[in-house]
Amino acid sequence: MRALVAMSGGVDSSVAAALMLEQGYEVVGVTLKQWEGVDGQMPLAGCCTVSDSEDARRVAAQLDIPYYVLDYVDEFTEKVVDHFGEMYADGKTPNPCIECNRRVRFSVLLDRTAALGCDVLVTGHHARIRHDDDGYHLIKAVDGTKDQSYVLHMLDQDDLARVRLPIGEMPKTKVRERAAAMGLRTAAKPDSQDLCFVGEGSYRDFIRARFPEAARPGPLVTSDGTVLTQHDGTIDFTIGQRKGLGVALGERRYVVDIDAATATVTLGSKEELLVAGCVVDDVSFVAGAPPQSSEVDVKIRYRSPAVPARIDPAGEGKWRVLFAKPQSAVAPGQSAVLYRGDEVLGGGVISESVR
Amino acid sequence: MLYLDHAATTEVRPETRAAMAPYLGDRFGNPSGVHATSRQAKNALETAREEAAELIGAAHPLEIVFTGGGTEADNLAVVGSALAGGGRGAVVTTAVEHEAVLESVAFLETLGCRVDRVGVDAEGRLRIDDLAGRIRDDTAVVSVMAANNETGVRFPLAEIADVVKQASPRTLFHTDAVQAFISEEITVSSTGADMISLAAHKFGGPKGVGLLYVPREVELEPVIHGGGQELGRRSGTHNVAGIVGMVAAMTATVADRAEMRERVGKIRDLFEASLRAAVPTVAITAADAPRLVQHSHFRVPGIAAETLLIRLDQAGIGAAAGSACSSGAIEVSHVLAAMGMDEVAAGECVRVSFGWSSGTDDGREAAERIASVVREMR
Repeated sequence: MRALVAMSGGVDSSVAAALMLEQGYEVVGVTLKQWEGVDGQMPLAGCCTVSDSEDARRVAAQLDIPYYVLDYVDEFTEKVVDHFGEMYADGKTPNPCIECNRRVRFSVLLDRTAALGCDVLVTGHHARIRHDDDGYHLIKAVDGTKDQSYVLHMLDQDDLARVRLPIGEMPKTKVRERAAAMGLRTAAKPDSQDLCFVGEGSYRDFIRARFPEAARPGPLVTSDGTVLTQHDGTIDFTIGQRKGLGVALGERRYVVDIDAATATVTLGSKEELLVAGCVVDDVSFVAGAPPQSSEVDVKIRYRSPAVPARIDPAGEGKWRVLFAKPQSAVAPGQSAVLYRGDEVLGGGVISESVR
Repeated sequence: MLYLDHAATTEVRPETRAAMAPYLGDRFGNPSGVHATSRQAKNALETAREEAAELIGAAHPLEIVFTGGGTEADNLAVVGSALAGGGRGAVVTTAVEHEAVLESVAFLETLGCRVDRVGVDAEGRLRIDDLAGRIRDDTAVVSVMAANNETGVRFPLAEIADVVKQASPRTLFHTDAVQAFISEEITVSSTGADMISLAAHKFGGPKGVGLLYVPREVELEPVIHGGGQELGRRSGTHNVAGIVGMVAAMTATVADRAEMRERVGKIRDLFEASLRAAVPTVAITAADAPRLVQHSHFRVPGIAAETLLIRLDQAGIGAAAGSACSSGAIEVSHVLAAMGMDEVAAGECVRVSFGWSSGTDDGREAAERIASVVREMR
């Protein structure tokens, strides 16, 4: 059995490759070239740089496995980067890592696994896949602080059958210990935190440079319609934002709404941030069908804990999610991921909040 | 591993290893010096130079400049002649040259030199009338490769030399013969060229050493500055072992050439015939254009080169596509773009190349294994 391991040069995917070898697989390591810097070369800053692919190559050499760099620049640019810009132009707050997983890694790359002579696709994500009589289940990682099941919620039965996530059983400290014990160079490498295609500089500068029409200056208003000032672009704001609003106000104010059509950014009180629920679009369910019970736990953002909610179909792939208690700062463009305990039921993209 | 990437680099010949050994051993001298150790190295260096001059048909040994490879020789020829005498001479070249020439002329453009890049047709053949039309009195150099490293297409050098001389007698004609030297007659008279670049590792010599043939009267602005070796044209302590090894490889190459063309030509032709029979949809690039005997550039429609090369690697076959960037990913070929090939087709193109060390059965076996991988992938 041959495993295709997507290696970013980080410690998680390095250990994932080593674990697959231990499990008796032949391993093929690949790095995806997703973004180009100057002169069409891999960038020097940000994630997936020349030095990251060098790290991956060295680990592959240490593990004595074949290693290739695959060119996914066109797909990534169109499906992830351009989509990122479109979302911001729409006044939304995208999560490009989720689009990358949905449209590049776990679609085009996964579908290419067999063509590359391999049986399974492996990544260093912190999550678990369990297989029983009911099929495949996507489960949170053992290490709650590192759990990445949120970004994998779009995987379906067909996908999960062909994917392995060996890291999910290990707390991060154990991953680093294992890397150090194996003598892997990346044992102490810090985790990448930034958007892989933005690199040095902020995402706002990136969007302004690449999608200038998305910036959309317009009025900054309070919820009663009073115009406070003009802002320089809706892209500078996200729902729930408190700092960097460009105005000094008596009380604390938060961004409660962004309307791309009129480029209006509305500020309100903390109470006004609370919403009863949200509408979620393009919902997929891991099991291939919605759960029997409509009682779920939902994460409306990567870093938030899951909160109790009820889900109801709203037609055309949309679902309405009503929180047991009002939630703050529901941002369209982010993903709502549904859980039952440790298991991911599915999820989709938040299109609007429900007041 | 069935090695089919001789165009990228070749195995070092036994004669080369034998010739180099003493210079990696006790004959370690720097040719620039007074004492016996240096003089020993100097003698070896100048003997190598004489032999190289003879093999390439140069009038005098000092018309051989030893360099650090083919890329460096190209840089010296093109940049060196355009900037000679403090000038900013114009350059005419082709759209399908190796990056060593294309990046050199791009650099010259940033300095204000005018550069013309002549196109090719769909079969990779040069538009010679176009070339003639671009040469002016202020053209310092015309640089046209002897044969293309990707497709193997050969250019008619003698004809081009005439065109250059007719258009502008003072303009120099340079040819990058790096890929062609192993299987084509490359001499001063056969090419009609004023400057010729060679790279040792393409004909059984070591990597990191090459030469530029250039007449003594041609003024060149050096690319590398320093101690003034090679009459100031290329400074730096001589890679004596490499140079001796290169010339041993040159000698063997010229002696074997006729036999190599015959033998390797058969291997390549059998490869293409077998592949066509086993994979009827295969399209061989520039099949009807004059090509080097050792190249076979082709695509299997519907199969990306990147994927095919990985599968071939897994099956123990080493072939190539385009050129690799520093990360290792394959880059889009400027040569195929110049031939008008669309990006999808260009992304399916693979290059197989045979060499002096290829076995008689390599062609047939390569075709069988490739066909087998293609079948598995369908």
